[in-house]
Amino acid sequence: MKTITAAMAGTVLNIMVSTGDEVAEGQEVMMIESMKMEIPVEGAMSGKVGEVKVNIGDFVNEGDVLIVIE
Amino acid sequence: MQRILIANRGEIALRIIRTCRAMGIETIAVFSDADKDLPYVKEADTAFRIGEPPVQKSYLNSSMLIEIAKREKADAIHPGYGFLSENAGFAREVIENGLIFIGPSPKTIEAMGDKIIARKTMEKAGVPVVPGSGGGVSSLEEAVLLAGEIGYPVMLKASGGGGGIGMVRCENEQALNSQYQSTKARAKAYFGSEDVFIEKYIADARHIEVQIFGDSEGNAVHLFERDCSIQRRHQKVVEEAPSPSLSAEARENLYRTALSAAKAVDYVNAGTVEFIVDSEENFYFLEMNTRLQVEHPVTEVITGLDLVEWQILVAQGDKLPLTQEEITRKGAAVEFRLYAEDPVSFFPSPGTLSEFRWEADDVVRIDTGYREGNAVTPFYDPMIAKIIVSGDDRNEAIASARQFFQGLKIEGLKSNAPVFRELLHEEAFLSGKYSTSYLNSVKKAAK
Repeated sequence: MKTITAAMAGTVLNIMVSTGDEVAEGQEVMMIESMKMEIPVEGAMSGKVGEVKVNIGDFVNEGDVLIVIE
Repeated sequence: MQRILIANRGEIALRIIRTCRAMGIETIAVFSDADKDLPYVKEADTAFRIGEPPVQKSYLNSSMLIEIAKREKADAIHPGYGFLSENAGFAREVIENGLIFIGPSPKTIEAMGDKIIARKTMEKAGVPVVPGSGGGVSSLEEAVLLAGEIGYPVMLKASGGGGGIGMVRCENEQALNSQYQSTKARAKAYFGSEDVFIEKYIADARHIEVQIFGDSEGNAVHLFERDCSIQRRHQKVVEEAPSPSLSAEARENLYRTALSAAKAVDYVNAGTVEFIVDSEENFYFLEMNTRLQVEHPVTEVITGLDLVEWQILVAQGDKLPLTQEEITRKGAAVEFRLYAEDPVSFFPSPGTLSEFRWEADDVVRIDTGYREGNAVTPFYDPMIAKIIVSGDDRNEAIASARQFFQGLKIEGLKSNAPVFRELLHEEAFLSGKYSTSYLNSVKKAAK
């Protein structure tokens, strides 16, 4: 099991994938807002989305798991 | 005026408190849960919690701000910059509640806040504007047609945008095709209006602005220019005065034009007219900021004036303290915006300032909202401090900047201090021959 984690603290602005989706390495899977800036979260590896751990509007800390890749 | 509520946070709240104190005016601060430990909360005469960290629940909560101002018997509200400072609805609400809004009239804020109206107003006043669509473009077909006439690259901009947000450069028709819908959607999400317009992209441009001030008796003066060409993501990083590149003739032209712009809207209080200047010194109106600018200290240092004091005096109906002839400048000043961000990717880096100290002599002015031990949270803008250096000339100012950044100790988060340490030894910066694409090109070269 692999995970995609938050590179910095911020608020989840948008989630582009849902459970079961195939994602490619480098694909934008989420948008996080931190310090008035939109930061795209990219998949570090390809695979199938096992679980999306956060919802739009959630506050996340650096290192929090956002998505579990199967 | 006896009591002012400051509808802002961090360094600008502290900055306003400093002047109020000197003028014998009491201050009321407001803070979100994220900011309760920041110095400005303690420095103000009184401080009130306004809500949870997100700006919609705190610093943008206009009815709460006005309620506190009235309850605490404030005479006026100072909006600082950002947040509600350029919100005409808020200014109107403040006035309707019998309070003074420290800034221009709601009508002026509204006209200049809409980039399309601002453009038209300035064109009518004889102020040159960037070749472009004039009004909003209503369809992709129209945008493509216009861009073809103007010539690529073009900038696609949100009418309600500002501060570098809501604009995108399109190299060709294909880029315009792919960016059109998303820019409209973003404009709608961020600024509440999906109106967009097109302007010619000016290559190797410099971004030079003129500080203006007007009073309610119809007087208007300029306080010289600031060169803000060192940017990243269309946001300013270094600002300086005087501009190191402008000829004397172009300089006078800019001042004259800025004053025409001010008079075209009967401008009252502090404002800034931003211009884009090309390599031939042709200049075009970019936008007018109807508030105190982040970089106002640069102007204060070269003129010896207190712009917040002027704002308060003018807001209470006083005449401008000085005439144009009485305003003089001396030496050079450069401001560096220290951001909590990765120096290479420019991505934000919130964190706690486990170490934040420096050695500085009296030619360095530091405006910061944080002290060692404070957290720089992800909820607000990443600016940690403004470092303003000065000297009899630009070289002297740069020398003290080098010394400052050498002695600066900042730990606990990533900052752009390394960018400045490099910049201060680079030929393009030292010679003053840089344009708005400078930081990005340096970054590309480093890769």
